[in-house]
Amino acid sequence: MSTNTNTMAEHQLDPNSWIRNYSDYLFNYTISRVDDREIAKDLVQETFFAGLRSMKNFEGKASERTWLVSILKRKIIDHYRKINSNKGKAEVRMSYNSSEESEGDWLEERVADPYASNAESDIENNELGLAIHKCLSTLPEKQAKIFKMKTIDNFDTETICNEFDITSSNLWVIIHRARTSMAACMEKNWF
Amino acid sequence: MKDKDMKKSYSLFIPCDEANHVCDKSQYNEASLLEKIKLSIHLMYCKACQKYTKNNTKLTKILKDKNVSYMKDNEVTDLEKQFQEQLKEFSDKN
Repeated sequence: MSTNTNTMAEHQLDPNSWIRNYSDYLFNYTISRVDDREIAKDLVQETFFAGLRSMKNFEGKASERTWLVSILKRKIIDHYRKINSNKGKAEVRMSYNSSEESEGDWLEERVADPYASNAESDIENNELGLAIHKCLSTLPEKQAKIFKMKTIDNFDTETICNEFDITSSNLWVIIHRARTSMAACMEKNWF
Repeated sequence: MKDKDMKKSYSLFIPCDEANHVCDKSQYNEASLLEKIKLSIHLMYCKACQKYTKNNTKLTKILKDKNVSYMKDNEVTDLEKQFQEQLKEFSDKN
């Protein structure tokens, strides 16, 4: 495979935009699976580095995002393997799947494709996750910050008001605007 | 219960802006019982606020279900910095 095929391909790689476009999505994807901020950050970073190193293998068949996610998936599996071997192949119940039916399943079975039974809804969920981040990124910067702090980090009103030096009625106006834009932006993804 | 941001209304019938405000607050469990009763009364006859409340609740549910998380500003800056170094190193080599 020569690098020339890349220029012919449908999809192109643009590493300069990776962080801006994908870091939140990849981070969110990771944290829902490994449940640890620090590890998630490391895995996302490793994914970007690995992507850089294997750019010449990119065939342009999939989109940039799909390609990066496939690298990330391998990184996550490697991570599971590592913690699993640390525990002497102990039985591990995965935290990302709390349903009772999976109780007692072996790690290897779960890792291969944790959502195989429901691939359809996994795709849907990933798209929904992407839509959330896309919509969040359309909010004005300050609005987005306050909305995230309030809604995702669950800070209380007073803390945010002090941090940004605003009154609580300012805060609620900002929240209202953010929620209205988010709802409008998300609307097409709900149905 | 002091709520400086909205005029206190003694009526059970509230205007739309107040209804939306209560709806926003209740997404964070910060609405009082009386406020929620007033909202419910308002929603019985106001189509626009019904729609807003429906979408608002849905938004809360999605954000909660998806367990949305994001990288903090300084984390993104760190990542960007390290990545740029790698990128530079990488393009120097090629």
